[in-house]
Amino acid sequence: MQSAMDSAQGIPVVYNDKVVRQFAVMTVIWGIVGMSVGVLIAAQLLWPALNFDIAWLSYGRLRPLHTNAVIFAFGGCALFASSYHIVQRTCHVRLISDKLAAFTFWGWQLVILAAAITLPLGITQSREYAELEWPIDLLIAVVWVAYGIVFFGTLAIRKVKHIYVANWFFAAYVITIAVLHIINNLAIPVSATKSYIIYSGVVDAMVQWWYGHNAVGFFLTAAFLGMMYYFVPKQAGRPIYSYRLSIVHFWALISTYMWAGPHHLHYTTLPDWAQSLGMVFSLILLAPSWGGMINGIMTLSGAWHKLRTDPILKFMIVSLSFYGMSTFEGPMMSIKTVNALSHYTDWTIGHVHSGALGWVAFMSIGTMYALIPKLHGQRQMWSTRLIDVHFWIATIGVVLYVAAMWIAGVMQGLMWRAFNTDGTLTYTFVEALKATYPFYAVRLVGGLLFLIGMLIMLFNLIKTIAAPREAAMPLAVPAV
Amino acid sequence: MNSGISLFISIAVAVNVLACVWLIWWTARGSAGKNPQETTHVWDGDLTEYNNPLPRWWLWLFIITILFSFVYLALYPGMGAFKGSKNWTQVSQWQAEDQAAGAALERRFASFKGKSLAQMSKDAGAMSTARNLFALNCSTCHGSDARGAKGFPNLTDKDWLWGGSEEAVYQTISQGRNGVMPGWGEVLGKDGTDNVAAYVLRLSGKPASAEAARAGMAQFTALCAACHGAEGKGNQALGAPNLTDNVWLHGSSMKDLHETIANGRTNHMPPQLERLGETKVRLLAAYVLSLSEPAHDAGP
Repeated sequence: MQSAMDSAQGIPVVYNDKVVRQFAVMTVIWGIVGMSVGVLIAAQLLWPALNFDIAWLSYGRLRPLHTNAVIFAFGGCALFASSYHIVQRTCHVRLISDKLAAFTFWGWQLVILAAAITLPLGITQSREYAELEWPIDLLIAVVWVAYGIVFFGTLAIRKVKHIYVANWFFAAYVITIAVLHIINNLAIPVSATKSYIIYSGVVDAMVQWWYGHNAVGFFLTAAFLGMMYYFVPKQAGRPIYSYRLSIVHFWALISTYMWAGPHHLHYTTLPDWAQSLGMVFSLILLAPSWGGMINGIMTLSGAWHKLRTDPILKFMIVSLSFYGMSTFEGPMMSIKTVNALSHYTDWTIGHVHSGALGWVAFMSIGTMYALIPKLHGQRQMWSTRLIDVHFWIATIGVVLYVAAMWIAGVMQGLMWRAFNTDGTLTYTFVEALKATYPFYAVRLVGGLLFLIGMLIMLFNLIKTIAAPREAAMPLAVPAV
Repeated sequence: MNSGISLFISIAVAVNVLACVWLIWWTARGSAGKNPQETTHVWDGDLTEYNNPLPRWWLWLFIITILFSFVYLALYPGMGAFKGSKNWTQVSQWQAEDQAAGAALERRFASFKGKSLAQMSKDAGAMSTARNLFALNCSTCHGSDARGAKGFPNLTDKDWLWGGSEEAVYQTISQGRNGVMPGWGEVLGKDGTDNVAAYVLRLSGKPASAEAARAGMAQFTALCAACHGAEGKGNQALGAPNLTDNVWLHGSSMKDLHETIANGRTNHMPPQLERLGETKVRLLAAYVLSLSEPAHDAGP
């Protein structure tokens, strides 16, 4: 294949892999950091003394650090890496600006660093998944706009007529996250570390969950579907199952997700009509969500035999299975009568982690194992055997975690609302808490296994980077 | 709700749901029975797409959830100001459940109306319910074993701050109590405070400097006796504790006593009648009284 030439100088145009490489390495590192904090706070639920009476290490400060680190540092770096890789490969052009791309990398790392410092210090807006204070929010906004310029700019100069399906999902995610972030964080600063949000009362609660649920919908669902739509067919060597299915589920997914936030506020002071709409649209969301799973799994059909030898595909198929499970579970939990049982229990934690570990982390890990050797001039990772070991440890970990939280959550829900014949409650809160302890232990083991898997990945990554380069990958942009 | 907002919400909902219906119709039309075909799109060397028809079961799943939404929004609130044909609200659902639970309790204990708390406390079934009510409503401060904590009275001893009669205990739980001890630090000074503390310690027979206690006695008589009595035996009408019984609500160390005398103490027992209703308060009063009965020591 002949390479496209820069017309003036006759030098082959190559893809910008540097920024992808940087984000890919940081994905693994932030994953380990974020999950370590998760393991620590899981242990604190069993042994509260593990905060050592140091305010910086208290559960209330580390929990937002954990969520921010795994979602925005680990997940965010994985999305930056894969979207920059994919938009170049499927548009057949280099990123429109290397400088801006580099700015997004260093800017994003600065955001993460600022989060890692301010959250343990107790500097927080107290908004779920948006705890960072206003100066960091401004930096995020600037980085995100730069990201948008790089992504859409590259899309605009593409050499292929059709925009690849992965890019639809990335486009929706880049635009929506900007809107969500800005509206949810509108605040009046009173000092460098303190601001007051402009909303109050139930309106504030609704804004927070409109943001919170769409962060799940566009950051953790749509964007990772974009990742899936490139790396699954690439790894399987098969065409996407259905173009028209991708059209239906894309448009239905991004339009109905917007309404689903109120299901986080069932049986609160949120008006009944808003709760109903949240539930109805969450149910309509089931089929559009599953469209992505069908397209992923059916793309693999015809390549099932590869699962025996390719642990990367195993990560991807298990990821799609967890995606299907948690996008079924979500609509079910949004039904008011189910939510009356599940709300405020550890079932919610189980649901979130079946999505975050099972779907998001598995897809990211599979993608990184496929991407990282290519970025470092290797055919494959240093050890395929270790990928397989990672796969099994992580799978056992996530199953233990999710099953423990499911059982604990249903048990808590049933205990909290059990009534005696005399009209009094059967259990006190502390009795339900005591009954949860064994499950907290199982959850800790599950989380620890998942973290161990990530450490194995880091070892494999270091070995891969250190190994002598064996195969030059086709870096050049193909001629159209 | 403003009718303009109501209309806006209803239209937005209808447009989004109908757009999904149109999307299904548009992509599903004429696709049944056709062979899968490949689109002509190619990316990155080898990325291609089939254009398989939408799976039937998936289409039905989509359609069923949309039909469900029509039915649900006809029955329940959702389309703006429209209340739904069932006229359901979450507040009315809660009220119905709350009333049912309350009625069950009243039915169960109707026979105790007019009986004394002592009679009530001898009924094993009533005390079983009361123990449950205590765990849910009182144990946060008084502990699940009712032995209290620093600042929160022990309910299992025979020491009563506000009186241990049936009427007094019922009054304490139903209306709450505010125990206020003023601070004397500025009047007494540091040494004076320590002297009074020594005197108070010796009232309960605890070791303290006899000399300091002698010095503190005059100040005790002048400042403290008004509430705690000349002999320090307290006054239940004011909730002033008996200082001679070696029961220490706020601690018995010299440091604790110094803090109590110098800065005073404010204790608040919140009123429960409005929250719990008379039957539950009577059950709790009977339970609290039973905790101090000798029979209680034999175990429930």
